[in-house]
Amino acid sequence: MTQVQFIRRVLKPAVFIIALIPAALLVRDFFQGDLGANPIEEITHRTGTWALTFLMITLSVTPMRRLLGIGALVHLRRMLGLFAFFYVSLHFLTYIVLDQFFELPAIVEDIAKRPYITVGFASFLTLIPLALTSTNRMVKRLGGRRWQRLHRLIYVAAAGGVLHFLWQVKVEEPRPIIYGLILVVLLGYRIREQRLQARKARRAPRRAAPAPVGSS
Amino acid sequence: MLIKRPDDIKSSEITDERLYYDRRKFILAATGVGALAAVGASVSWLRATGEGVDPVGLSTPFAEDEEDVLTSYESITGYNNFYEFGTDKLDPSKHAHTLKPRPWTVAVEGEVNKPQLFDIDDIIKSFPSEERVYRLRCVEAWSMVIPWLGFPLKDLLDRVEPTSRAKFVEFTTLYDPEQMRGQKRAILPWPYVEGLRMDEAMHPLTLLSVGLYGKMLPNQNGAPIRLVVPWKYGFKSIKSIVRIRLVREEPAATWNVVAPGEYGFYANVNPNVDHPRWSQKRERRIGEFRKRPTLAFNGYGDEVAHLYEGMDLTKLY
Ligand code: HEM
Repeated sequence: MTQVQFIRRVLKPAVFIIALIPAALLVRDFFQGDLGANPIEEITHRTGTWALTFLMITLSVTPMRRLLGIGALVHLRRMLGLFAFFYVSLHFLTYIVLDQFFELPAIVEDIAKRPYITVGFASFLTLIPLALTSTNRMVKRLGGRRWQRLHRLIYVAAAGGVLHFLWQVKVEEPRPIIYGLILVVLLGYRIREQRLQARKARRAPRRAAPAPVGSS
Repeated sequence: MLIKRPDDIKSSEITDERLYYDRRKFILAATGVGALAAVGASVSWLRATGEGVDPVGLSTPFAEDEEDVLTSYESITGYNNFYEFGTDKLDPSKHAHTLKPRPWTVAVEGEVNKPQLFDIDDIIKSFPSEERVYRLRCVEAWSMVIPWLGFPLKDLLDRVEPTSRAKFVEFTTLYDPEQMRGQKRAILPWPYVEGLRMDEAMHPLTLLSVGLYGKMLPNQNGAPIRLVVPWKYGFKSIKSIVRIRLVREEPAATWNVVAPGEYGFYANVNPNVDHPRWSQKRERRIGEFRKRPTLAFNGYGDEVAHLYEGMDLTKLY
């Protein structure tokens, strides 16, 4: 089996199963009554944490490809991104259905008046076009360059997610700061890469345009 | 109810709770929790009443009206905000076992004629406990209904004879990072301090609690002695008290100092004044699914609203 085949046929299904474990545990704990005294809060917290975690994992695919020299890891990226969207959607639905029970005026007021909700909601909205354009057909239709530019919005969503977390804690807490630092490292890596590439491009003008950074 | 109880749960708490409903009268003696029972804490049967008011102001589970049902012992002792043991709601029940509620003293001092260092067992002996079923509304928009055992703070204050210069009461929690691991991190300026205005402190609803559900106060709920002010947000009801000082100026209450824009000194439950980051109009009663409307003064307005006449409670929140 080639490396690409291994990644597509073995690693990808394995990661798919692993990525479902948090959701499976949530369902199990729900039915066993193991979500504690305030189950709705617990569901909100777990889905939010996994949403942010999968955003970070998705963002680390490209640096990992470079650092490990395994370009084919890109075959995991779309799936991981969609899992991030899956957990954000569960998180959002938990809020709408379980927490607020469809009380539209209260929801609108929250989104308008609570900065941490406003930012979370904006991040969620940002991710919708990314999920919708994640198919191969949409990549083709948009063209690699435009698709890539659009999908950089995932950094915006992740930064919004960190801010959303940071703004809701009552006292200084390590968790949002840790996510923030991870994001800074990931973003810093990408910016440095781009600088290097731009410099290369300047040194060797008029050769081919830089190869698109791995569209899958 | 959303919370389904697993069939295999054998926790003694739940048995005790059932016992509590069935044979409430005997519970103190039956559980043999020593001090409390020995000194004959008087459990008032359906409602605790004092000074001509109805301090409970709500129906008990024994009444027709099922609006306010006692929160389970498991939830009351398993879901706590007590940052001295960590910021997660589960931390206190996990880590509070390191607290040593005996020996324990409470210094009552300041603007009083007879300052005194009380031993906790003497307090329990000299101030007979009664049962008070109160709603507890957390500033985080959740709530519980808790059967406290305790006595009016007024009784203790009368004993030390406050002077006419006493305008406020300042309460302080134990500071000992060895017993309270959360104090090893400076997330709040330790020790925790809270305060009441003199008339609030002397109000018959204001309780010093030494137990709940007919038992000694569990560590995670603020053993061995804590304040309960049912018309204010939960953070005013300071736990594990070692000092009560009568003072002339408004005390520097911890949350009020840390974030004055979010937590006022008065902190009366008020659905019309939102916390900057969330609404206070509704609350989730632990054990219930849909949120319910939050009541002004947590439903104790008839008893306490007069204390605040002429004050703009949107400014003095
Ligand atoms: C990219 C989008 C989002 C991400 C990454 C995200 C992430 C998170 C995280 C990490 C937490 C904290 C979990 C914890 O404390 O353990 C959280 C809490 C929360 N989120 Fe989100 N979130 C997002 C969008 C939203 C949206 C759209 C809403 C609602 C409109 C929302 C509502 C909440 C609420 C109500 C909490 C609980 C706050 C509290 O307990 O005080 N989030 N979220």
